[in-house]
Amino acid sequence: MIEVRNVSKSYRRDSLRVPVLNNITISVPDGEFLALMGPSGSGKTTLLNLIAGIDRPDDGSIEVNGTNVAALSESALAQWRANNVGFIFQFYNLLPVLTAFENVELPLLLTNLPKKKRREHVEAALTLVGLADRMGHYPKQLSGGQEQRVAIARALVTDPTVLVADEPTGDLDRVSAGEVMTLLDRLNKEFKKTIVMVTHDPRAAEKAHKVMHLDKGELT
Amino acid sequence: MKIPFSYTWRSLWARRLTTALTLTGLTLVAFVFAAVLMLSRGVENTMIETGSPDNAIILRKSATSELVSQIDRDHANIMKTFPEVALLPDGKPFASTETFVVINMRKKGSNDMGNISVRGVSPEAMELRPQVSLKEGRWFTFGTQEIVIGTSINEQFQNASIGDRIAFGGTFWTIVGVVDGQGSAFDSEVWGDANQIMAAFNRPVYSIVLIRLRSAEEFDALKLRIEQDPRTSYTEVKREQVFYREQSQALSGFIKGLGLVVTIIFSIGAMIGAMITMYAAVANRTREIGTLRALGFRRRSVLGAFLIESILLSLIGGTFGVALASFMSLVKISTTNFGTFSELAFGFALAPDIIVSTLIFAVVMGVVGGFLPAVRASRLNILAALRSA
Repeated sequence: MIEVRNVSKSYRRDSLRVPVLNNITISVPDGEFLALMGPSGSGKTTLLNLIAGIDRPDDGSIEVNGTNVAALSESALAQWRANNVGFIFQFYNLLPVLTAFENVELPLLLTNLPKKKRREHVEAALTLVGLADRMGHYPKQLSGGQEQRVAIARALVTDPTVLVADEPTGDLDRVSAGEVMTLLDRLNKEFKKTIVMVTHDPRAAEKAHKVMHLDKGELT
Repeated sequence: MKIPFSYTWRSLWARRLTTALTLTGLTLVAFVFAAVLMLSRGVENTMIETGSPDNAIILRKSATSELVSQIDRDHANIMKTFPEVALLPDGKPFASTETFVVINMRKKGSNDMGNISVRGVSPEAMELRPQVSLKEGRWFTFGTQEIVIGTSINEQFQNASIGDRIAFGGTFWTIVGVVDGQGSAFDSEVWGDANQIMAAFNRPVYSIVLIRLRSAEEFDALKLRIEQDPRTSYTEVKREQVFYREQSQALSGFIKGLGLVVTIIFSIGAMIGAMITMYAAVANRTREIGTLRALGFRRRSVLGAFLIESILLSLIGGTFGVALASFMSLVKISTTNFGTFSELAFGFALAPDIIVSTLIFAVVMGVVGGFLPAVRASRLNILAALRSA
């Protein structure tokens, strides 16, 4: 369960203070697939980053499964992210010098799993996204859609509490985008993953259970 | 948990050109560093090998070299009879009274003049210095104006072959043999009969007395006796190896001092090079750093990964530098030894401690060059890093 209560956030741009989120309150139950939509600058990615624990609110609180994320120290927050959040980025953000297998294994290095178990988890995750035969490939040897599927495998390999996806189809052609959305939909339905997704793409948003619109830092 | 080593290692080779250029700089600095230490060690080895552990050398007190030492003939004969001196089977003292002068000869190739040490010796000298052996020709005959020359002189100077006649001390001397001093300073000396050489140079006194001790432990007793006897108290005795080590200190210290200053200046350049490379690495991989941090890797893991990358780079440079420097052990050079003002031929000597020192020096370059970029990487704001192109 994600509880965002009275959260405000603003950024400094030179000497100006630019408000981004204004007193937002939302609640995302377990197993929800939530899409955040809105024009550029509406604050949707900022809200996603706050939920994912890579940014902190100025005011208000964010609780994920009972943990007040905003109150954690820097290193505790890093550990919390490792245990609870799976990230899916618009540009996949795979490390180019690591193979698909090694990229997916990365978050598992932050756990105490032995090597054999890690291998099992990675193989299961890559099989789930349909890339079991591409484990030894480097990102540049994969298509955009395949790269994003590796990124999804990386996001789910630790079995996190929540998957956060920032424009997951933003850099993909229509066919690949469709495959990625089908995959996310399956993760939500079959594996009961809570997903919070930022998107501009109405077709992607169709897969979500719930769509929230933001504009100028407020829910509309 | 640490960022996997494979990431660090492969990232290093992902940008081949900058890595190769930085490596070249680091390799050259490590090479110079190792070569300087090897050269200094070469001088030390040459001089230490010149001495034997149970030989003692007696010089005038405060004489800094054999060249400036003078010992009266009578007093030298008295010292040869001291009980600490070993005896030969025929009952004669196992000692050599020697004179030491410097002459000029022309070098091959450059035609420059070089100073050559000439040692006039007693018949016992050859047995006292078993490391000196005849390589070609024969030993000189005592009572004649014949000489033998060291291998370095034979190789590096003009008219320095068997049968050649060279002029010094107002007369001509015939070279009858070439001796091998096994890398010691004797390779750079001319030997002849002490009496003949003293007569030619009109010198009434010896330079040194070299004796074989009955046993190495007798040294202190001999030292005490020489100090207490009023006829010999103007002299002092030193172990031969200690004496030659002291002779090498000025030259080896100069090489090491000057060389290390130059190397440190070079290393600043190499460290700046490594720093620029690592800053560029951080700039190029900002998004990767942001991703790693978002996934849950801590600041110190990022710091460690970039620092290890820089140390790896410098360690590879250090290894290449040492490998390159090891070829220098094939090179032999000759220069003036400050102790004797005469030519001394020596090589570059590689030793395990020089390899270790060079690698440590390389690691220090890596740490210094990589620290600030690594700190910058670890302090990147996650959001800003993820947004970077």
